[in-house]
Amino acid sequence: MAPDPTVPALEIVNLKKKYAGTKKNPGTDALKGVSLTVPQGEFFAFLGPNGAGKTSLISIVAGLAVKSSGEVRVHGISIDEHADHAKAFIGLVPQEMNFNIFEKVINIVLDQAGYYGISRAEAMPQAEKVLKDLSLWEKRNEAAQALSGGMKRRLLIARALVHKPRVLLLDEPTAGVDVELRRGMWDFLRELNESGTTIILTTHYLEEAEQLCRRVAIINQGEIIKEGTVKELLTSLSSVTLLVDTKEPVLLSNMELLRGYPITKIDETTLEVKLEHNQPANDIFRKLSSIGINIMNVRNSGSRLEEVFVSLVEKK
Amino acid sequence: MDRHPITTGYYTMVRKEFIRIVRIWAQTLLPPIITTALYFAIFGTFIGSQVAKIHGVSYIEFIVPGLVMMAIITSSYTNTVSTFYFAKWQHTIDELFASPMPDWVVIAGFVTGGVMRGVLVGILVIGVSLFFTHLLIYNMFVLIAAAVLTSVLFSCAGLVNAIFAKTFDAINIVTTFVLTPLTYLGGVFYSINQLPPIFRTLSLANPILYMVNAFRYGFLGISDVSLGLSFGVIIGLIIILLVASILLFKRGTKLKN
Ligand SMILES: Nc1ncnc2c1ncn2[C@@H]1O[C@H](COP(=O)(O)OP(=O)(O)OP(=O)(O)O)[C@@H](O)[C@H]1O
Ligand SMILES: [Mg+2]
Repeated sequence: MAPDPTVPALEIVNLKKKYAGTKKNPGTDALKGVSLTVPQGEFFAFLGPNGAGKTSLISIVAGLAVKSSGEVRVHGISIDEHADHAKAFIGLVPQEMNFNIFEKVINIVLDQAGYYGISRAEAMPQAEKVLKDLSLWEKRNEAAQALSGGMKRRLLIARALVHKPRVLLLDEPTAGVDVELRRGMWDFLRELNESGTTIILTTHYLEEAEQLCRRVAIINQGEIIKEGTVKELLTSLSSVTLLVDTKEPVLLSNMELLRGYPITKIDETTLEVKLEHNQPANDIFRKLSSIGINIMNVRNSGSRLEEVFVSLVEKK
Repeated sequence: MDRHPITTGYYTMVRKEFIRIVRIWAQTLLPPIITTALYFAIFGTFIGSQVAKIHGVSYIEFIVPGLVMMAIITSSYTNTVSTFYFAKWQHTIDELFASPMPDWVVIAGFVTGGVMRGVLVGILVIGVSLFFTHLLIYNMFVLIAAAVLTSVLFSCAGLVNAIFAKTFDAINIVTTFVLTPLTYLGGVFYSINQLPPIFRTLSLANPILYMVNAFRYGFLGISDVSLGLSFGVIIGLIIILLVASILLFKRGTKLKN
């Protein structure tokens, strides 16, 4: 069957998930009607705080959790009607380690291929490739428990790729991974996406979503509160915060002269400037130099996406 | 690339389990051999020599089939209950749930693991029994069918128990309070015809009685209950447990949350 490139990689319609409660606890509505379409080839992020429902969503799509209602289609195939066929498209990198820690690395990867219907002999070349790509080939004959935390994360990725999935789902792939390794993983995922794999990840690192993804859905308390391209989300920001480093300490008398301007003093040589959307920064910088403040450096205050995120989540 | 999640997936599960059972043979195969050898020695040789013949055969010949069956039952049950519980506890079960293998293939994979261990143990224990007595084989087909089907049955039982078990202790509770008493009272050591009528009738409610008797029939051609009824009970229970496993997998309440 020739793949149809116009069919979305993932379609979710009004997806709900309620975890059954106990006598004391009334149960949790983890997803309250999520709808979403991710086209093939997309690089997509679910962004949300702890408990937002990201893992619940990924688990339902991957077949690890049972939904309460709604529809999910992977490459046009309903997970209710042809779960097995839908699952064959997916590679899953779960949030928590779920391989047998006593098993050898190579067996974890080859057995996974077997579960997807690929014999050991056929899977070997791809297993070698993914383990090499993720710098685990040298460790292939060691038990998984002998790997470091970062290596175990990479093993989860290698395992998910051995059957060459069309859609890769990653649930917080870089949680607890150091900066250098994280950047390495980003490069790896970018290449994978460029070669045609649809990538859907969850993260609470806003920088990660901003750096990697084209589209982002912000999810909070089981609902998507904003969805769009990274660019759209950034332009929706009503204000931008800049940090200005000054050459000399800013005096209290200087601050008096700046009354009425959206400027606050952070420390001796740092000012925070809040610019309304589309407001030119020239006036403010002119004012600063006119009262004798020399600007050394102007920087963005952290991730801009973070501001979108905070403003959206706080509105709730 | 052609993909066969049903056949290749099943083969992968079975291969992996076979390697595991053989690699840790001291935990999987040796214990029932030692226990059964002790039974043969004590009940068969030392005590059995002073016990009257049952159905015209010596006591040791009478108890060997029951003891072999006991080893098969315990091994099959223990294998699935522990591998499945461990997979659930370590979340490695998710590897299988996320894969395109249908639920029934995953169930078949676990059950086959239990049957492999049950049958291996059965063969080894029969081998050991030859040091204590000689064995006749009355009907090879009945013997093999009884052994394999009982093994399937207790592999399924182990699976269902592991699906419900929330702790390691829950596994042992069933073994201690249900499996062991039923096995000991299942006509391994005596013919139920020797019991007072009330206990004889009660014994008929014990499913293990039918398995032990069907298996013994394969060796000795004697049975306390009819062969047809025995196989009916075994196959009926297998169907009930398989349907239960499939429904539990599908609903996922205890598994996919
Ligand atoms: N097995 C479960 N049983 C009951 N409630 C659950 C279960 N799993 C998750 N929940 C609840 O559902 C909600 C969503 O959880 P989920 O794990 O999907 O969040 P998340 O966005 O992945 O969070 P995190 O960023 O911490 O991983 C939370 O309120 C959580 O307590
Ligand atoms: Mg999560």
